[in-house]
Amino acid sequence: MDIQFTEEQELLRSSVQRLLRDQYDFDARRKIVASEEGFGRKQWAEFAELGLLAAPFAEDVGGLGGGPLSTMIIMQEFGRHLVVEPFVETVVVAGGLIEQAGSEEQKQGFIADIVAGTKLWALAWTEKGSRFDLATVTTTAKRDGEDYLLSGDKTAVLAAPWADYLIVSARTSGHRHDRGGVSLFVVDRRAANLDLQSFKTIDGRRAAEIGLRGVRGQLLGREGEGVAALEACRDRAIGALCAETVGAIGELNAATLDYSKTRKQFGTTIGSFQVLQHRMVDMFIAHQEALSLMQHLSLSLSSNDAGVSRLASGAKSKIGYSGKFVADQAVQLHGGMGMTDELNVGHYFKRISSINIQFGDPAYHVLRYAQLDAAA
Amino acid sequence: MELALSPEDADFRDEVRSFIKDNYPAEMRVPNPETDLSKEQMLLWHRILHKKGWIAPLWPKEHGGPGWSITRRFIFEQETTRAGTMPPLAFSVTMVGPVIYTFGNEAQKAKFLPRILSGEDWWCQGYSEPGSGSDLATVRTKAVRDGDHYIVNGHKTWTTLAQHADWIFCLVRTDPAAKPQSGISFLLIDMKSPGVTVRPIITIDGSHEVNDVFLENVRVPAENLIGEENKGWTYAKFLLGNERTSMAGIGRSTRYIERLKKIVKAEIAEDDPAHLEFIRDIARVELDVLALEATELRVVAQMARGIDPGPAASLFKIRGTEIFQNITELTHRAIGNYGLAIREHPVSANRFMPGPDYGHTASEKYLNARKLSIYGGSNEIQRNIIAKAVLGL
Repeated sequence: MDIQFTEEQELLRSSVQRLLRDQYDFDARRKIVASEEGFGRKQWAEFAELGLLAAPFAEDVGGLGGGPLSTMIIMQEFGRHLVVEPFVETVVVAGGLIEQAGSEEQKQGFIADIVAGTKLWALAWTEKGSRFDLATVTTTAKRDGEDYLLSGDKTAVLAAPWADYLIVSARTSGHRHDRGGVSLFVVDRRAANLDLQSFKTIDGRRAAEIGLRGVRGQLLGREGEGVAALEACRDRAIGALCAETVGAIGELNAATLDYSKTRKQFGTTIGSFQVLQHRMVDMFIAHQEALSLMQHLSLSLSSNDAGVSRLASGAKSKIGYSGKFVADQAVQLHGGMGMTDELNVGHYFKRISSINIQFGDPAYHVLRYAQLDAAA
Repeated sequence: MELALSPEDADFRDEVRSFIKDNYPAEMRVPNPETDLSKEQMLLWHRILHKKGWIAPLWPKEHGGPGWSITRRFIFEQETTRAGTMPPLAFSVTMVGPVIYTFGNEAQKAKFLPRILSGEDWWCQGYSEPGSGSDLATVRTKAVRDGDHYIVNGHKTWTTLAQHADWIFCLVRTDPAAKPQSGISFLLIDMKSPGVTVRPIITIDGSHEVNDVFLENVRVPAENLIGEENKGWTYAKFLLGNERTSMAGIGRSTRYIERLKKIVKAEIAEDDPAHLEFIRDIARVELDVLALEATELRVVAQMARGIDPGPAASLFKIRGTEIFQNITELTHRAIGNYGLAIREHPVSANRFMPGPDYGHTASEKYLNARKLSIYGGSNEIQRNIIAKAVLGL
């Protein structure tokens, strides 16, 4: 099932690799994370220049038509370099939702700005008590002329402090857990009556708690059908996050293997100890499985297979557990060094820990995988 | 689970319990005592215990210990950890103190022991080096005799709370020609000596607990040598044995499980399938704690009858750390999306943290607990010890 990449895809991969190798080594990333804004506008402009922000979009909305496979290729490299810029939030999640559900006018306007690198986006769906359920929404939206007025609170919205626009899920009808009655809205992040309290995340990014007290929003997609749109959006986001995890796993394994061949204790390299050899074999196997499942999911997303959502949950769970296992062991085998802020290993650990929360943890998704099977 | 206690021991337990209740400083009840307290705050409880005569349960009476039986020492440990009190600095009281009263000379005992008991001196441990982690016998920090002094040069690392320390006890190489274990000496070094530099190491949770300590031509009076030159390995092993006994951490795990239960109750609705999963996971880790606690009680009972527990400490270290890592992971998972947030260090009330108070330290605890299976002799090393010493492999 190994993917035979096209020349174009190989070109995409090598150009991302070159850019990140030249401009995004671990020290450069550290400076970006420590900067006032916490991400690199210059890097974002480079991504736009290179066409990365256009890659997955269809050609008729100004994209390069690369779809989920181009996302996979980009995200794997981003995972290797721990890129913090909000590619998933802006391009995959918000851009994907606009492309999927937006009006012609919204597509042409918003996606053009995303592709140009001039506007950043974030998705505000989580609420206190919603945990990982897309349908648990108490934020409300009331019709007001052409627009709606939104009221409620959204929590832990990744990349919100950086964003120009938010996509907010809000209830236009129904009750707290109802699948129906949730709609999506585009909100100007600097709009009146929008309160934002930002904080840092474990993986060196920024997120925010958002209070909406009658904030003006424009409908995105059909009223009341937001959950279905969010589910498809989550599938694509999972494709991206799984690729990022696979990239991180690859780097952790390479670093651990390298360390085990150079670090000496008891008069020999620690890689000569059988218990550590077996551990690293298991880490290798975890990488191989995760890589295969990642490709399988990306192909299914590309052809929009029936059952892709179930597969997405399966991959999020399996690759999430694999990432957790590899990250735990990479820290352990690096000993005290793995615990330091100075070495990159701990940062991969934290990124994987963060990915394992976003859009649902591995335990949530293994259950969803099982339940969708029972329902089929 | 409780030991079957004699009426006298039961009275003692009640006394300890009410002493903690009446005397533990409210000021020390902060979100994460291990990172949030100043040196002075950390010493508050130490001073109270000192005044009461309870600061050094392990020590014999002649050196200022309370003269407790093994059972009472265990009761004290159990009560203080269950109540969530911050233990007195282990490097001082549990580690270097017993080395000094066991192997030190009279002058050293008179000089250092009272200051350890009172909290006047804060000690840190100069064991690990960049090239000597699990394989401690290869320490390369050199001490060369020069008249009445040693001249010490080297680099110690992972030195916990060295930023507060007045003294450091160091393993130094005094005979480079001898076999690794035979050329090591145990030296006490004043942190204020010229040539001692402390450099912070920030860990993945953002906190500053550990340090590099650089020693450059540090002149150490020869009278600060413990025991005999080149016999330091014997003293070091003695000390590591003391380090590992407290690692079962039953009291701490029990407290964190109680907290986890409250978080799950507050965060996860009962009709959410995740609720049942957490109930099951929590029950499993409770059983792990129960089994370890029962093992600990069995070992304590054996020790009270004069039976050497052998490398039981390794078992406690392995399981105690695995259990606590598991609890911190479950707690981090239980708070859901708030698990993305982490407090910035040094901690300040002015910085915004999202979500309910009980979740504010979950991320940092989860990250910080990764060290447990590494430090104090990695869990791989502990397994080697059991394989060799117990199974005869």
